[in-house]
Amino acid sequence: MVEIYNFVVGPLAWVGWGIFVVGIIYKLIYMYSLARAKDYSSLDYMSLPFSLRSIFVWSIPFYATNWKRNPAMTVATFLFHICLIAVPVFLLAHVVLWQKFFGITWATLPDQAADYMTLAVIAACVFFGVRRATDLRARYVTSYKDWLILILVASPFVTGFLAYHQIFNYKFMIILHIVSGLAWLALIPFTRLSHMFLGLFTRAYAGSEFGKVRHVKDW
Amino acid sequence: MGAVEYGIQNRKVDDIGLIQGAARLTPERIQKTIQKVLAGETGAKLKAYSEICVRCGLCAEACHFYMSHDGDPSYSPVGKVKQTMWVMLDKKGKVSPEFIYQAAQVAYTECNLCKRCVQYCPFGIDTAYIMLVVRRICHLLGVIPQYIQDTAHSHASTMNQMWVKDDEWIDALQWQEDEARDEIPNLRIPLEKEGAEIMYSVIGPEPKFRTQLIMQAAVLMNEAGMDWTMPATTGWDNSDMAMYTGDNEIMARLKRDHFECAQRLKVKRIVMGECGHAFRSIYDMGNRALAWRMHPVPVVHALEFYWELLRDGKLKVAKPFEKTVTLHDPCNVIRGRGLHEKAREVVRAFCPNFIEMIPNREHNYCCSAGGGVINCGPPFKNVRVQGNRVKAEQLKATGAEVCISPCHNCHGGLEDIIHGYKLGMELKFLIDIIYECMEKPNAAE
Amino acid sequence: MQDKSAWNWEPGKRVVLDTAKCKEGFEWLEELQASPDGEKCAAVVNLGELEFSVCVNGENWGNTYSRIWYPRFGPDGRLSALCSDGMEWTVAVDDEPWEEGHGYLFNTKFSRDGSVIAVALQDDMKYGMAKDGEAWENLFDNANNFALSPTGNATAAAVQVEPLDQADINKFQGGIFSVAVDGRAWDERFVNVWTPVFDPAGERVAAQVRKTLYDYTIAVDGKIWPGNYTCVWEPAFRPGGGIVAPVRSGGKWGLAEDDNLIWDAKYFQCWHQAFSADGKVAAAIVSPKYGKFTVAVDKAEWGLYFPVVVDLVLSACGSRAAALGKDEDEMWTIMVDGAAWPGRYARAWTPVFSPDARRVAAKVETNGKYTVLLDGRPFGQDFDQVWDPVFSPEGDKVLIRAVDNGQYCRIVALTSEF
Ligand code: SF4
Ligand code: SF4
Repeated sequence: MVEIYNFVVGPLAWVGWGIFVVGIIYKLIYMYSLARAKDYSSLDYMSLPFSLRSIFVWSIPFYATNWKRNPAMTVATFLFHICLIAVPVFLLAHVVLWQKFFGITWATLPDQAADYMTLAVIAACVFFGVRRATDLRARYVTSYKDWLILILVASPFVTGFLAYHQIFNYKFMIILHIVSGLAWLALIPFTRLSHMFLGLFTRAYAGSEFGKVRHVKDW
Repeated sequence: MGAVEYGIQNRKVDDIGLIQGAARLTPERIQKTIQKVLAGETGAKLKAYSEICVRCGLCAEACHFYMSHDGDPSYSPVGKVKQTMWVMLDKKGKVSPEFIYQAAQVAYTECNLCKRCVQYCPFGIDTAYIMLVVRRICHLLGVIPQYIQDTAHSHASTMNQMWVKDDEWIDALQWQEDEARDEIPNLRIPLEKEGAEIMYSVIGPEPKFRTQLIMQAAVLMNEAGMDWTMPATTGWDNSDMAMYTGDNEIMARLKRDHFECAQRLKVKRIVMGECGHAFRSIYDMGNRALAWRMHPVPVVHALEFYWELLRDGKLKVAKPFEKTVTLHDPCNVIRGRGLHEKAREVVRAFCPNFIEMIPNREHNYCCSAGGGVINCGPPFKNVRVQGNRVKAEQLKATGAEVCISPCHNCHGGLEDIIHGYKLGMELKFLIDIIYECMEKPNAAE
Repeated sequence: MQDKSAWNWEPGKRVVLDTAKCKEGFEWLEELQASPDGEKCAAVVNLGELEFSVCVNGENWGNTYSRIWYPRFGPDGRLSALCSDGMEWTVAVDDEPWEEGHGYLFNTKFSRDGSVIAVALQDDMKYGMAKDGEAWENLFDNANNFALSPTGNATAAAVQVEPLDQADINKFQGGIFSVAVDGRAWDERFVNVWTPVFDPAGERVAAQVRKTLYDYTIAVDGKIWPGNYTCVWEPAFRPGGGIVAPVRSGGKWGLAEDDNLIWDAKYFQCWHQAFSADGKVAAAIVSPKYGKFTVAVDKAEWGLYFPVVVDLVLSACGSRAAALGKDEDEMWTIMVDGAAWPGRYARAWTPVFSPDARRVAAKVETNGKYTVLLDGRPFGQDFDQVWDPVFSPEGDKVLIRAVDNGQYCRIVALTSEF
């Protein structure tokens, strides 16, 4: 168990993080050169101010028309994404690892808060799942991949929660937690999860065309 | 999980262009063509859109087709992508002729390319673009609704939308000049006036069916004292259905002809009549296809032109238009160019009893005629009328007597909707009202 | 073409016509047209309801018509106009109507020296051309893209050789278009035909054709190039060489001569190819970067880029080239041999080379007034209206035709006056 633990927080972590970082860089370079070669008549209209305007506006809950129209989804989406990022980054147990391996540290969340936030992520995942299964708009376009992604995203939080509360076998859970977390990271560049970074660019592009060429709001 | 009951397979429409086109296909040709377009003509944009779409369905309510079909998800923007592009991508082009038929029907007749969904998707995914790629593939495969294909043929052969022959165009102008002289005796439609400030351009149907619009525009130009001209050669027609069939080469050829006509006449700008899709072709798509970043000759849409004339005191209101009016914001010049406030200023100047429809401005629903859908002809009339019940409700809620629709396509679409849903509304172009209510200093007593 | 050395090249200004006076007695006077030598100024005039004439230097034509349009001086100084008596149309040349009337006439074309005048015609909804009063024997269901050879010996047009029922997409795609030369159609049929052009001698014709909805190529006297392109633009005969056309391949544009790429397909746009008189120099307007245009002479790009470049001209010897560029602020710059003249103008017109190519002149507009530039320097005066400048045969004087305060005048300016 200890060897496995050492393996997953050691070499496997390097691999996971490596794929994550290199994958994103690779993907961005690949997409950019592809855009330059094939989408020049779109790329040429990118505008930094309008890109930022669009990203900013869409980052405000209940501001864009469509956020207003779908309150439950808006709450779930924002809560989910904020917690999804904040918990792993600011969790004390994670920061300790950074300190141990790299000697760096930063602010942390109180464990209690992190716990609630983890629950929020899980709750949001449940909400997404229920919505996917029942709301025809989503259900109609859902494939097995969407379920896998949802499970993938939820699993580090579920396992983390179980491990933290020492439900089931802690050691087993923590390893499962790390493995699923790393898998999650490593898969970001190559799955729908790449919306994490590519979404900024599609948003920026829509903002640029709408702002600079069309002279209207894109929200 | 698949909710199989929904989808295009349940609502196939017979159309000669689609039937015969699909019958000529072989799986090899389909695969080759799809792969060629995906590899040669699309890039990071399509890849990113397909990859990052989280299948949330939040775009559904942007689309009037979805809103008019009691929650049938196969009409939602992402539902249309699912039925077309995703399959082509997943199967790497290995799809059947029957699939292409259905994809063509979705892309040509169930999406107006209005881009409202771009404003509703959190990632700004442009479903209209994806539908255009599908159309491009269908064009290259020759599976296109008959009537819009015929229109593209007309464009290619005559450089206008309606098979108008070179002389018929000039003749229509001279006839309208005579008509207008009944009211304004010294009125002129100056043909081929090299070096004029403005070239006025219209769309193919004007000399054919809506000649009074040319007459009214001529009266406006004369009474406002504009230095203007109209060409006696091809290039007069700013419309472009090739842009909508996916025939990008003919789109480029049309726009080149149009702009080079203006460049030959050395005008400073092109003013165009009340048409939306033509504006898109000139301002957004056709110019790009020719590597002109923006329009090489500035193009001013009629709405903006009226606004300018009002601002400069060249257009004055002689009497108010008393009926209650509402304004339909055409996608291509509002969501496409942001002319909504200018349009309102002009409408308010002439119409004291103006009622907004809701939603409005850049959030207005499409007329469901745009994107070439009305040009797909009679077989698909019901598709767009039934597909826009929400527009009928929107119009009805205003209670207005008159709907102003400053776009040809919208005009055609709304006419069918007003009729189909028995709304009993009058439909007008803005120039109809301006013409009726403006000061005409040179009019005969 | 008139012999320019016979024109009056006496330096100085002469008022040819006071248009204010000219307006008396007319309901209205239409756009002024100046003759090439500047000695005449003409316009269509309205004499009352449905009564029009042409006023030349203050004198009306003897004939009146219920409608007259497109009055134009040809290169030989003759004035032609399209005239109708309400029933039929004719071409009147110096007040002399062609004998035969037609359903409709339009699109007047002049041979290079102006001795031949051709028009497009419609009779009973059939289309063709007429040259010096003589109509094609065969007319077609439709014709467009009309051309007259430089020598005036032949006419050509894209013609529809078979009737087409409404929305008959299959028949259309089978090919119903061809090229007719003097009314005789090629045997070959195409989906589309555009821009037939003649060789300098008027013996051969090349045109853009679309063989299917997707395959474009060039047809020469009915024979097509074997190569397929995703698009082509109008071909041109290179003097002493082959036929050169912009072609699109792999999403980019290049130049092909007789179906072989002579300029690699690497441009976002490539068009308006031009040649020196001996055919040795080739130039074209190209876009090496999306949205940026320039001129390439023998493939070498000028280092100047504009969002819009038009009106490329080569001097006869080919040693010099000029074009116009328009910038983001909609202001025009004149480029000569890859260098920009200093001024920026609201509008600029096609540059004109002196016969020896040493000098370049162009009409420009600033603040609603017009003048002529010589090698970048403006003439000392601006005008309400100006026509394109004309160089004297020696290139030492410039003929300026202008309207100043309602007076049409003819100015012979010395090059020192700029
Ligand atoms: S019709 Fe408009 S809203 Fe609907 S899918 Fe097409 S572009 Fe989007
Ligand atoms: S809203 Fe955007 S991400 Fe969601 S399903 Fe529609 S296109 Fe996909």
